[in-house]
Amino acid sequence: MGKLSVNLSGLGLDNPIIPASGTFGFGYEFSEYYDINILGSISLKGTTRDPRYGNPLPRIAECSSGMLNAVGLQNPGVEKVISEELPKLRKCFNKKAVANVSGFSLEDYVYTCEKMDKQDEVGILEVNISCPNVKHGGMSFGTSPESAAEITRAVKSVTTKPVYMKLSPNVTDIVSIAKACEEAGADGIAMINTLLGMRINLKNKKPILFNKSGGFSGSAIFPVAVSMVYRVYEAVNIPIIGMGGVTTAEDVIEMMLAGATAVEVGAANLIEPYACKNIIEDLPRAMEKYNIESLESIIGGAH
Amino acid sequence: MKQSIFEIVSNKMLADITYEMVLKGDCSDITKPGQFVNIKLDGFFLRRPISVCNSKDNLLTIIYKVVGKGTEVMAEMKEGEKLDILTGLGNGYDIDKSGDKPLLVGGGAGVPPMYMLAVELLAQGKTPTVVLGFNKKSEVFYEEEFKALGINTVVTTADGSYGIKGFVTDAIKDIEYTYFFTCGPEPMLKALYDNTKTSGQLSFEARMGCGFGACMGCTCETLYGNKRICKDGPVLVKEEVKWAN
Repeated sequence: MGKLSVNLSGLGLDNPIIPASGTFGFGYEFSEYYDINILGSISLKGTTRDPRYGNPLPRIAECSSGMLNAVGLQNPGVEKVISEELPKLRKCFNKKAVANVSGFSLEDYVYTCEKMDKQDEVGILEVNISCPNVKHGGMSFGTSPESAAEITRAVKSVTTKPVYMKLSPNVTDIVSIAKACEEAGADGIAMINTLLGMRINLKNKKPILFNKSGGFSGSAIFPVAVSMVYRVYEAVNIPIIGMGGVTTAEDVIEMMLAGATAVEVGAANLIEPYACKNIIEDLPRAMEKYNIESLESIIGGAH
Repeated sequence: MKQSIFEIVSNKMLADITYEMVLKGDCSDITKPGQFVNIKLDGFFLRRPISVCNSKDNLLTIIYKVVGKGTEVMAEMKEGEKLDILTGLGNGYDIDKSGDKPLLVGGGAGVPPMYMLAVELLAQGKTPTVVLGFNKKSEVFYEEEFKALGINTVVTTADGSYGIKGFVTDAIKDIEYTYFFTCGPEPMLKALYDNTKTSGQLSFEARMGCGFGACMGCTCETLYGNKRICKDGPVLVKEEVKWAN
């Protein structure tokens, strides 16, 4: 066990750093830039039962210290992910990946999770019940404890690998939803998805995004994420993958002190293609600065 | 793609709200005309994607219009200041298909990539003609630079205050060409698509997240499937373009 290593529901990670879904494609494309085997794992592009084009453009708007996206779960669908994307990933990544799954009905989630669960490349399922950019699905499942629990139970009944439920911050009480997922058998919680946001173009006086609203991510949301991870950590006994605005090695340490066992890095990858690599290489320096012997030992340390 | 630090050699106004910046740094990843760079600016979250006007001997020339706060900051920057830039982004133009007499059409902020393209075509022994479209005389730039390359250079202005009055499509009627390359606002691209007799390549613009293919923020539909403007584009061949309306 190295000083950076952590254990996520039995899956040993060399370090807690995981590029977040939607900011790293299916991983292999970043192998042009650096050896992606240095990563703890990779959360793959959100996958749905059927292929999706996503939303019309514009899908991106800038904010102070962050950005909005309304991509809308563009992906080639689970069959092609399995037949085309995972084989490409396997060629350059010898660790287990996190399969991120979205759906528009209970049956969708069950269908896609069951398929992804059988793939050797997949170590953990991250079930996204929190996408703010699609109608009739995604986030609506994650906004009540009952529906979150229902999806959790259904997915658990058809899978063998650890199931992490990815939660939305756009709710009145994220703690009750996390608890409902735990009671329904979830192996862990991944949080937070993006915050709902909007920018308006002053020239034409209309929303910039075609979808009008989008998901707000980037360093601006970091304190929101830390606070929510902190509160959920107090309420549940299952591990948390913490994410939301993480940009530096110090942010990783802070997120772990709040209660995260592993940490996903999202929007930072889009500005800095080497963000995850830089953070991993910088972690030993930051740990030494704050007298941290091992990362595993600081999980939830702020409580 | 390569990330490196560039130093500003010069930054000057060329025309109305239009600036030329020359930077010194590692240009080894800029391999084709029509590629772009993505520039990190202090105080802004996203990088600014800007097309490459020219790249030679580790000198990068970009031309940008001041259209928002980011480009306002760029316009204020001085010689010696440094910028973090991702280079070698986008597919660029494929010049092998140009034939002997390619037509190059640039509109406004779409003019710059035509310069490196013209240089490369000349180096291949081709005889390009370039048509530069602007709104009005005060916005015209790079006419002399294109003429200095020794190529036929036609300027149009929409209001007729300089060169041929009208749009680029008015100017190309009497020009013989074997193939076309273009970059500019989408209505101009559409007009060229409708009014050209040959095949060609069109360079598109989009609001981008990353600029290197990771976020799916700039995906467009083409007749050959979904493409990311930043990574699979920005250049599309005429035959694959699928217009939104």
